[in-house]
Amino acid sequence: MVDLRRGAAIVGIHEHVTRYAPDKSELQIQGESVVKALEDAGLTKKDVDGLLTASSSASDSALNLADYLDMYPDYLDNTNVGGASFEFHLGHALNAIATGRINCAVITYSAMTRSGGLSMGTGAAEWTQAGLVPSPDSFEYLYGITTVGLYALIAQRHMHQYGTKPEHLAEIAVAVRKHASMNPQALFRNPITVEEVVRSRIISSPLHLLDCCVITDGGGAVVVASPEVARNCRQRPVWVLGTGEAAAHQGAGKRDLIYTAAKQSHGPAFAMAGVTHDDIDMAMIYDSFTITVLEALEDLGFCEKGEGGDFVSGGRLQIGGGLPINTDGGGLSSNHPGMRGIFLLLEATRQLRHQFEGTPRQVPDCKIALCHGTGGSLGARHSGGTVILGRD
Amino acid sequence: MTTWKKPLPTIAGETLPFWDACRRGKLLLQRCGRCQEYQFYPRGICSACWSTDVNWVEASGKGTVWTFTVTRLNRDPGFIEDVPYVLALVELDEGVKMFTNVVECNPDDVSIGMPVEVTFVRATDRVTVPYFKPVA
Repeated sequence: MVDLRRGAAIVGIHEHVTRYAPDKSELQIQGESVVKALEDAGLTKKDVDGLLTASSSASDSALNLADYLDMYPDYLDNTNVGGASFEFHLGHALNAIATGRINCAVITYSAMTRSGGLSMGTGAAEWTQAGLVPSPDSFEYLYGITTVGLYALIAQRHMHQYGTKPEHLAEIAVAVRKHASMNPQALFRNPITVEEVVRSRIISSPLHLLDCCVITDGGGAVVVASPEVARNCRQRPVWVLGTGEAAAHQGAGKRDLIYTAAKQSHGPAFAMAGVTHDDIDMAMIYDSFTITVLEALEDLGFCEKGEGGDFVSGGRLQIGGGLPINTDGGGLSSNHPGMRGIFLLLEATRQLRHQFEGTPRQVPDCKIALCHGTGGSLGARHSGGTVILGRD
Repeated sequence: MTTWKKPLPTIAGETLPFWDACRRGKLLLQRCGRCQEYQFYPRGICSACWSTDVNWVEASGKGTVWTFTVTRLNRDPGFIEDVPYVLALVELDEGVKMFTNVVECNPDDVSIGMPVEVTFVRATDRVTVPYFKPVA
C-alpha cells in the first residue's frame, strides 16, 4: 500500500462552546466553527478546497453547507455512518490530500438535538429507512427498539458471556466524569462514584441512566492540510499516522454480535501508523454508552475479548492511569449532539498540542493518540472508524 | 379490536411471502439452494454466496434467547404504555437471530438461553406480527 503516514496534518480546530443554542441553526454553528478553526490554523476561506460533513437532519448536508458558506470545493464528502463519520472523513481527507487532489479540507458537524427536544436514545431510533424495501427496520421497529436498548442488548450478552459486572461499566462513567470536572464547558462536572452509577435508574437493562451519554446541542470543525500547507500554519501540526474503517451488522442473523467493527478497523490503522498499543499515550473512545467503550477497548486490541471489565478497573482510564480516555469528559458528561465523532479528533489534537500543559487535564508527554468512533448501534448495524494521530 | 399504535413493517416484493405466512400462523425463513445457508431478514439474494436461488422454508418456530433488555423508557406512542417490556434477539434452532419481544411472561423472568417459541398477534387485516413466549 502507498505510505500515507504523515500525508496530512490537523492544523486547525474549533469546538463550539454551546451545549444549548435554540437561537442558532445547525448551519450557523458549523459556519462559526469553520471560521474559528481556520483562524486557529492561520488560514482563510480561499485556502480551503475540500469540504466534508455529515448531518442527522439533512442527507445532502455538504451541499447545504457549501451553499451557506458560498464555497466551491474541489472535493466534497457527505459520508454519513453515524457517530464515526468524522473518523471516516479524516481518512478520506488524508487520501484526497496525499494523492494531490486537494491541499486543505475542512471537516465540520453540528446538531441541535437538545433544543430540538429529540428523544434520541429513548424514542424510536432515529435512523429509520422506511423507504427501503426490504428495510431491515421492518423487522426491528415493530418491537420497540430504542438506541439505548440496542446497546443494552450487547451489554447483557457481554455480562452473560464474560461475567462483566455493572460496576465495571460504571468505572468508565466515573473516569470520564472525573475528566469532565476539569473541563469548564462540560455539561456535567460534579464527580460521581461507581455506587452512584449502579444506583441510578435503569433505562434499558442492564444500562443505567449514568451509563448513557448526555443530549446536547453543539458542533465543531477540523482543518486538515498537506505537509506543505501545514508547515506555514500557526499551530504545531498533528499528523495523521493511520486510519481504518469498517462496518458491522446482523450478518443475515448469523454474525457474532459480541464483536464490534473496531475488530476490523484497528488493524489497518495500526499497520499504517507503524505503532503498537504500548505507544498510545491517550485514547478518545466513542462513549455513547459505557458498553460502547468497553467493547471498543477489547476489539481495538487493548485487552483480550471478555477482559474489558478488569481492564477498565483500578483507574486505568483516568489521567495518570495506563490509558487515559476521553479527557474532555466525553459524550457521557461533556456533550453529545448525536454524532460525536468530531469531538474525539478535537480533544486528541488539544492533547497532542499540549494545550493543557501545567494543568491536571494534560496527559503528560502526550505524543500519540488514538481515536475510535462507533456510529449506529451495536445491536443492529454500526460503523467503526479508527484514527491514530501524532505530534512531531 | 383496539387500534394498533406500534410501527408496522413496510411490505413489498421480497418480504411479502414472510408476512403472508405470518397471517397464516407460520414463521418462514429463507434458505439458499446453492450454499444451503439460512438467512434472516428475508431478501432477494443469498447474502452468503450471492446466489439468487433463495427458497422459503418453514422455521421450527423454536429457539433460545440470545440476549435481551428490559426496556423501561420508550417515548414512542406505540410503546409508552408497554414498559417494562422485553426486547430480545432470539436465536432460532436454524441458527439465525431475529429481533422480537418476549411476551406472555414477567419481564424479570427472562434470561439468556431461555427456550422460547413463536406466537402470533394480529395487528391489522394485512399484518400479523411474530413474537416469542417461553416454552410451556
